[in-house]
Amino acid sequence: MRKSRKVFGVSFVVLMVSVLVAISFSIQAGEFTQEDLKRWDKEFMTVVMKGEKLFHSALGKNKVSCDQCHPNAANTHPETYPKFQQQIGRVVALFEMVNWCIQNPLEGDPLPPEDPKMTALLSYMTYERRGVPLAPGKH
Amino acid sequence: MNMNRRAFLKTAGAGLMASAFPVSLVKIAFGGDGPAQDFTFGYISDAHIQHIGGNAFVRNWDKGLIRAVREANLLTPQPDFFMFGGDLAQLGMKEELDHGLEIMSGLRGKVYYVIGEHDYYLDLGEYWQSKIGPLRYSFDHKGIHFVTLNSILTYDSWIHKKWGSPMDRMLAMARLDNPNGSPFMVGEEQLTWLKKDLEKVSRSTPVVVFSHSPIQKIFKPWNFWTQDAEKIQALLKPFEQATVIYGHVHQIEYNQIGNITFHAVMATAWPWPYPESYSQAASCLPKLTVHMNRADPFFERDATGWQFINVHNGKVGMHYQLPDNKNRTVVFNSKVGKPQDVDYQDYNSRIPPQTHF
Repeated sequence: MRKSRKVFGVSFVVLMVSVLVAISFSIQAGEFTQEDLKRWDKEFMTVVMKGEKLFHSALGKNKVSCDQCHPNAANTHPETYPKFQQQIGRVVALFEMVNWCIQNPLEGDPLPPEDPKMTALLSYMTYERRGVPLAPGKH
Repeated sequence: MNMNRRAFLKTAGAGLMASAFPVSLVKIAFGGDGPAQDFTFGYISDAHIQHIGGNAFVRNWDKGLIRAVREANLLTPQPDFFMFGGDLAQLGMKEELDHGLEIMSGLRGKVYYVIGEHDYYLDLGEYWQSKIGPLRYSFDHKGIHFVTLNSILTYDSWIHKKWGSPMDRMLAMARLDNPNGSPFMVGEEQLTWLKKDLEKVSRSTPVVVFSHSPIQKIFKPWNFWTQDAEKIQALLKPFEQATVIYGHVHQIEYNQIGNITFHAVMATAWPWPYPESYSQAASCLPKLTVHMNRADPFFERDATGWQFINVHNGKVGMHYQLPDNKNRTVVFNSKVGKPQDVDYQDYNSRIPPQTHF
């Protein structure tokens, strides 16, 4: 009798907490407003601008920056990744090629794929290529 | 050193040179004799020597220039002179100009220099003028009138803005895709000088203009652009033959506008994408141009190079020397009145690596 009352008590608390949480957010899943869209876009563009700054700065040891070979991130072709990167000999995602460039012509250390700096770089490169249809695998 | 070792080194060196430099100097004959003599000159450009700190420079760009100088010295017969097409330094620093000049001093022959924006905007050409020479000048050689322009000037208001430091101004101009950049031009004073200079030249004398910026309007976002291009072209219009040779773009380009033939030279440092690769702006790359092969970044020198130029009857034949790739030749075809690539001008002759997107 005591055990079942305990179980009932815990479940009741969990239920009440969920209701309170739902009420406190006062929206349901899947709904978002124009305000939300503006706010999230602003978040994205902030990261794009961070990426632009990184893209135009020395990421390695030799003062060379990505934009020296890739003005406006041109000729990086983010829309073609993942692809068989002929020179590496296997299919890679864009971040691997970015790391190849950081390590080789920029003589720097590679970034982990989830590093905010990598996300910023990829955001900038992709943003500069906006509107171009996806063409994964294209050489 | 004993005789055997000396003999070995002599033949080994010659053998290495012969196999490492697969260029034969070809005399292009179009038939017909003209008053001007045939001759050759070498053209090395856009070295972008970049200082890291202390005695360290970016090894990649150093190697590009060193290789070009070494190969240019192997031209046989020796060319009449060499041009350097601008952007010897990356940020106009004394260290960079000195280091670049040291490498260039290995060239066997007279060298004339064209200034680029990377050389100019740190000190507005002060060190360049003290170490190298005037920013604009002309000379005559074997019946051709040569003019070198300073075509990387810009609006005075931009040059004399309240910059934090001269390096801030240099960095602003060095950044190719700078949205707050300023277009290249020769300016009114230089136009007046050019007009006066050309007045003394007969209309039948071939004129060749050396410039860093294209003397055309190709792509403004990257300053593949000369703001007063039309005014300069108008001054060249009265001549029977005029050629403009320009740097800055780090890629093969060529064009014909009326009587004027345009040829871009490659960089020894690194290639730039063709403007059509930037999807957010429209490109006016000359339709005549057959693109160079796409650069393979895993080969450090791919899509870089230097060139030697044959002058025959006042017309220019461009021979692009591309390490790690097939050389390209663009010569003036008198039958069609335009420069043409000798291998690839026909659409059916194009190859996949020439597709850029």
